[in-house]
Amino acid sequence: MKRRPSFSRSVFFTTIFFLSLPLFVLVLYSFNESKSGSWTGFSVRWYVKLFTGSPQLWHAFGNSAIVALSSALVATVIGTLGAVAVNWYKFRLRKYLRTITFLPMILPEIIIGVSLLIFFAGIGLRLSLFTVFVAHVSFNLPFVFLLVLARLEEFDISIIEAARDLGASETQTLLRVILPISMPGIVSGFLTAVTLSLEDFVITFFVTGPGATTLPLYVYSAIRFGVSPVINALSVVMILGTVVLTWSTRNFLKYIAAK
Amino acid sequence: MQIALSVRNLTKKFGDFTAVNDISLDVEDGKFFSILGPSGCGKTTLLRMIAGFYEQTGGHIELRGKDMTNIEPNKRPVNLVFQHLALFPMMNVYENIAFGLRRRGEKSAAIDKKVNDLLERVGLPEAGKKTIDQLSGGQRQRIAIARCLVLEPTVLLLDEPLGALDAKLREHMKIELKKLQTQVGTTFVYITHDQSEAMVMSDGVAVMNAGKFEQVGTPQELYHHPSSSFVAQFVGSNNKLHVTLHKGESSAFSARYSNGKEFSLTGTYDLEDGDAWDLFIRPESVIINPKESSASFNLLQGEVKAILFDGGNSRLLVTPEGSTDELVVALPQTKQFDDIQVKDKIRIGWDSSKSVCFKRADWKIYDDE
Repeated sequence: MKRRPSFSRSVFFTTIFFLSLPLFVLVLYSFNESKSGSWTGFSVRWYVKLFTGSPQLWHAFGNSAIVALSSALVATVIGTLGAVAVNWYKFRLRKYLRTITFLPMILPEIIIGVSLLIFFAGIGLRLSLFTVFVAHVSFNLPFVFLLVLARLEEFDISIIEAARDLGASETQTLLRVILPISMPGIVSGFLTAVTLSLEDFVITFFVTGPGATTLPLYVYSAIRFGVSPVINALSVVMILGTVVLTWSTRNFLKYIAAK
Repeated sequence: MQIALSVRNLTKKFGDFTAVNDISLDVEDGKFFSILGPSGCGKTTLLRMIAGFYEQTGGHIELRGKDMTNIEPNKRPVNLVFQHLALFPMMNVYENIAFGLRRRGEKSAAIDKKVNDLLERVGLPEAGKKTIDQLSGGQRQRIAIARCLVLEPTVLLLDEPLGALDAKLREHMKIELKKLQTQVGTTFVYITHDQSEAMVMSDGVAVMNAGKFEQVGTPQELYHHPSSSFVAQFVGSNNKLHVTLHKGESSAFSARYSNGKEFSLTGTYDLEDGDAWDLFIRPESVIINPKESSASFNLLQGEVKAILFDGGNSRLLVTPEGSTDELVVALPQTKQFDDIQVKDKIRIGWDSSKSVCFKRADWKIYDDE
């Protein structure tokens, strides 16, 4: 039998340790009876409090859900059409468009946040959930764009011409050929956008207005007055949600691929 | 015979570059027509203009007499078999073939019948449910052609579809394609850089070079009576000898070879002082140790440089006396020449009617990348 390399094994386990142990502690403490750091017994009281006694938290969650879903949806539509355009049509600005789209991905979030704030102030837009939505669309867009473009570039461009040649109009080509082959890219783009939007703090912090607190902003402000075990319980719920979402996405993509 | 495809003074410019230069062409209904040329000669541009993917800079394309200017590719009665086939990967074989019929809004019963008929005709009756990656290279080829034929196009365009196949399969598919075309009777316009493909399959061939047609004719005409230096070099294999031409006393033309030897010629030539000429003679027109000795028969002494055995296509490399050229000479496998060895001195010769001369022009006839 091959001897296992001990160095890479220890790196592996150290990484797992530091990545997973905090999560494990979090899950454990969400079931702690006491509010303080020491273990006093098993209890689900923080879960009860989470679901029944935290209206502000749920309001923030609602805001986050609205922003995440709507901004991901809009970013997916624009990003997909943009990727199709860049892949399909040859125009002069094509190369620059790709580079410009990359920019928001590599720029520090704080710069995007500040620039959006200045921009909104400049055009006289009052900060609200709508400005948060606009900001989220703008930073989600490149991810969708690049994921869909990467998918499209796997294919011989001539299948688009083949569709036209066989009698499909441009709209039919888009609906019958381009969208079906891009679907895995579109789905993962949408989910990436939802995730990024749900967890964004820095950019949202700059562009949010009164009453438009999102979940990360709420958690941050709650934690400033000491860690509430309700947050632990919320985190566990979110971890579960993420696991379910990831699992179903994988199966959905497999299902598409097999079709 | 009705004209299926008519091209009138067609020109395509990309900026300063003229890809297709004032080309005219008529293809009769039901013919297998090839456009043969080296890569970069403009043949794909020509094909894409016919299909509607490029707009011409000048001239007209007519299909059964109908002008195609400003008609979108999806509205033209032509279909294109792409170089890499471009089958839809997310659809099965049946859906690929049905795609065009569905775009026309045909009834599903009619679609079903047509698709199954065509699958039968291309010899893959059971393949409908298969996905594209379950098919072999040759099968994909047939599906790509079936997908176009089901629409009963006026002209089927094919853009080097055999290029990606390996040699044996390519030989096989050449014959298959020819048989299929004869059977369905659709006009085929086939683009290739492979002169053997063009000759085996076609009723007519246009040899294209640098955006223009050099010669249009049957494969036999091109092979036996090339009209330019380019065609002589590009179609079939040919020996090229540098010569100078002059007119003899009896007003017949003759060619002086670099070793001083005089070759008699048939035909007349337009001589100008200082022109360099090339004499072309096909390997199979050169006879080894000929018995003839008439005035119209040209003889050369030479030394065998190498024997290139290739079954029925075996050849000798012969260097004529007083020259460094290497002539390719067909070596019939009839036992008669089995005793020829490398370094042997032999006599070779050809009838003057078999050779042809053109003013010297060096064409790049193959890619040596």
